[in-house]
Amino acid sequence: MAKVVEHRSGALDAERIRKDFPIFERTPHGKRLVYLDSANTSQKPRQVIDAVTDFYERHNANLYRAVYELAEEATAKFEQARARLAAFIGAPDPSCIVFNRGTTEAINLVAHGYGRKFLREGDQILLSELEHHSNIVPWQFCAEATGATLEFIPLGEEGSLDLSNLDRLITKRTKIVAITGQSNVIGTLPPLRRLADSAHSVGAVIVVDGAQLVPHNRVDVTQLDVDFLTISGHKMLGPTASGGLYGKREVLDRMDPFLGGGEMIMEVHRDHSTFKDPPHKFEAGTMNIAQEIGLVAAIDYLEEIGMDAVRDHEKELTRYAIERLTDAGARVFGSHDPETRGGAVSFWYRDIHPHDLAQVLDQEGVCVRPGHHCAQILMRVLGVPATTRASFYVYNTHEDVDALIEALGKVEAFFGA
Amino acid sequence: MALEELYKEVILDHYKSPRNKRALPGAELSCKKNNPLCGDEITIHAHLSDGRLAGIAFEGQGCSISQASASMLTEAVAGKSLQEAEGLADRFRGMMEGKVEPEEESFGDLVALRGVVKYPVRIKCAVLAWDVLQEALAGAGRAAEASH
Repeated sequence: MAKVVEHRSGALDAERIRKDFPIFERTPHGKRLVYLDSANTSQKPRQVIDAVTDFYERHNANLYRAVYELAEEATAKFEQARARLAAFIGAPDPSCIVFNRGTTEAINLVAHGYGRKFLREGDQILLSELEHHSNIVPWQFCAEATGATLEFIPLGEEGSLDLSNLDRLITKRTKIVAITGQSNVIGTLPPLRRLADSAHSVGAVIVVDGAQLVPHNRVDVTQLDVDFLTISGHKMLGPTASGGLYGKREVLDRMDPFLGGGEMIMEVHRDHSTFKDPPHKFEAGTMNIAQEIGLVAAIDYLEEIGMDAVRDHEKELTRYAIERLTDAGARVFGSHDPETRGGAVSFWYRDIHPHDLAQVLDQEGVCVRPGHHCAQILMRVLGVPATTRASFYVYNTHEDVDALIEALGKVEAFFGA
Repeated sequence: MALEELYKEVILDHYKSPRNKRALPGAELSCKKNNPLCGDEITIHAHLSDGRLAGIAFEGQGCSISQASASMLTEAVAGKSLQEAEGLADRFRGMMEGKVEPEEESFGDLVALRGVVKYPVRIKCAVLAWDVLQEALAGAGRAAEASH
């Protein structure tokens, strides 16, 4: 368990939190590790690493089918993890949680199990220009298979979505609204409850890509009234391939299975099979057992800090980063007000290509992400081929932002005019 | 590994002052590709005369490695026969795989890109222009066969 975390002015003690993360003992190129790529994947605290190790060392067995003690322990821990994740996001019941590798698999599951089953020619799927490719490509597959069409909510002022024509975008043709909870590129926080109400008013379901939302904000799916929310555990201190999908139980009940195989069936006959109830209907084959059990330790860690403190801390770092980057001559995309955005800060610096910039930063121990961030549609809207992105989490400090700014000076030395 | 090994002076020079970066009206060969990972984009244009690359130019945008490589390419293959250009492209790939020792004579400034080998993520940046060239040459080869 995490030690009691001291709160400073409503936020948290990041220097102390850093000590829980063994990776910060690394000194890349002889420098302090300045990890500003948590929107890509987060680092893991000792507590999570220990939980995974403990499972393999003491409880490892496959789920459900065996009758020995180890298998019963593994099954109990896995189902406890389901309940823990359900409680963390305010889901009414553990059976609303389908475990899988995370957001990409979860959206593919919905596009297949719901989209292909219920969409017809002429129906519409509404996305936004902010979306990550994982919330675009599965819907393109779905549209191709069903004859539905894709529409996009355009970007508005300062990185927000332009919802002024929402009545014309969400119509009775709309069957699915699939939207990010927090942009992985510019941090935009779309108004989810408003979009959920609009979707429901025409009988559509709303799917929220929660990959960036859930790790950084207090989330309550019951209050938001969304039909689906995806969760990427590896972005919230958990193991890779942990997380999954929240779905309203009555919607999950109506859906087709996704992957077929062992453990998701009731009976198998020569010409057909019958399936278990959700969530097991969607969990074929041997599951990501150790990962989901490790995710419990991540949730424990985050809740000990408190999700409000996580958000407050990131707001402060985002404010500081935008201020310092702007002063250094960088163009920061999206809103400059940390109240209206999350902590993924994309910028363009003095016409130096993001790949070159990131390469020099690496030499200074500063890890950022250059590129299109799996959001090529958004890049075209922003009018840039790529950006450099710095993103924050509980272990980042003002000193990390200072290191980024200082490293930008070294970039000048190489590529300056 | 010092950064100077990657960003050699000659690379930065080609990046900041690219050679033969322009459109080439009436070019018989024209081919464009991008790198889906980073959005880098390169178009190569060439005039053909007696089976040789009589004039060659490029257009594009991207990181210093991709753009410098394209600039160096135009100098290295200008005036070469299609077969010679193809051969140099193969040897350049070989250098990026660490299998070919570059000779100064045909490689020229391209030798400077050797340091990229130690940065595996950036190899595709250096190779992009050569992918475009080879696709253009393959197109020229098919056109030549069709006209015989």
